[in-house]
Amino acid sequence: MTENARRGFLAAGATFAGAIAVAPGLHLIAPALARGAGEPASNANRWGLLIDTNKCSASCDACVKACATENGITEQVADPRQRSQWIRKIDIKEKNGRQHSLPMMCQHCSDPPCVDVCPTGASMKRADGIVLVDRHVCIGCRYCMMACPYKARSFVHEPLTEQNPQVPRGIGCVEACTLCVHRVDKGQLPACVEACTEGAMLFGNLADPNSEISRRIAHEATTQVRADLKLNTGVRYQGI
Amino acid sequence: MLRILSTLATIALALPLLQAAHAGEVPKPSAAIESPGTQCVAPPAEIRRNHMEMLKHQRDLTLREGIRGTKVSLNGCIACHASKKTGSVIGNNDNFCQGCHAYAAVKLDCWDCHQPKAGYQATGATP
Repeated sequence: MTENARRGFLAAGATFAGAIAVAPGLHLIAPALARGAGEPASNANRWGLLIDTNKCSASCDACVKACATENGITEQVADPRQRSQWIRKIDIKEKNGRQHSLPMMCQHCSDPPCVDVCPTGASMKRADGIVLVDRHVCIGCRYCMMACPYKARSFVHEPLTEQNPQVPRGIGCVEACTLCVHRVDKGQLPACVEACTEGAMLFGNLADPNSEISRRIAHEATTQVRADLKLNTGVRYQGI
Repeated sequence: MLRILSTLATIALALPLLQAAHAGEVPKPSAAIESPGTQCVAPPAEIRRNHMEMLKHQRDLTLREGIRGTKVSLNGCIACHASKKTGSVIGNNDNFCQGCHAYAAVKLDCWDCHQPKAGYQATGATP
């Protein structure tokens, strides 16, 4: 292969790669997914995650750090029990001694208990399956925190000033993982997925049988945490 | 007739007092438009009267239905109206939102959760 031919080959490869990674830090899931202005979220999508715990190392917390940076969770809280925790790493040990480490966050249930118990309608599920807190009507009663089997929600105890403009959050309201809804709406990946260097997290559309996440769930052994509750979670795990 | 005259006299006596009261009024808010020459999303009279309804309507559409990129947006307000000195719409009565709300004595809840500084980027993280 001459130098020029090799260059041409590399350039063609770069163009192909460009369809997936447009620029460092900006990954398109697929060009069609960024919605136009004025267009609502549609139930043709159901956003979900598939987490491969075999690739998740106990010593790594890149997803947790990326989440905190993206969502402006920068406040110092005197009591560590009151710290907001949208995503956390947990280590589990099976009876046979096998150990796993995995990220745990809002599982974006299809039948979310937090929405069932909310007295004001603040806990809500969007058409595309993302479970959110409407802080405009949240009264901070914390019933949803008690109802959530995954301990996915946090309550903000102190006034905040360092919010990211795209991620409003504040005192007196309950909050949780939004699946980076502000990024997903632009056609980007959630911050944790983008930060995972091991490729342990896959984001995709569970409603589309041809998406990679759906194909893997159909053909590989995956599980829902507390599947016995029949919540039909949007976050699935592999390897536990 | 006598009663009407006495009422008139009372009014005449009270006039200077009323004028004095007027002089002691709270001054009108002086917040300057920070990006003059640009066009707001609606005429000022409509914005003054209806901005809260516009934002309230929009917030429900955006959060609950996921509609983005529309005419009305709180971050859009800040982009033009944040103070050039402090970069914020609140903080003191010279700043756009706080100035008017202090004058009208209406509590401002938006900024408990929303970022009041234009172009703000949160830095650092404490997971």
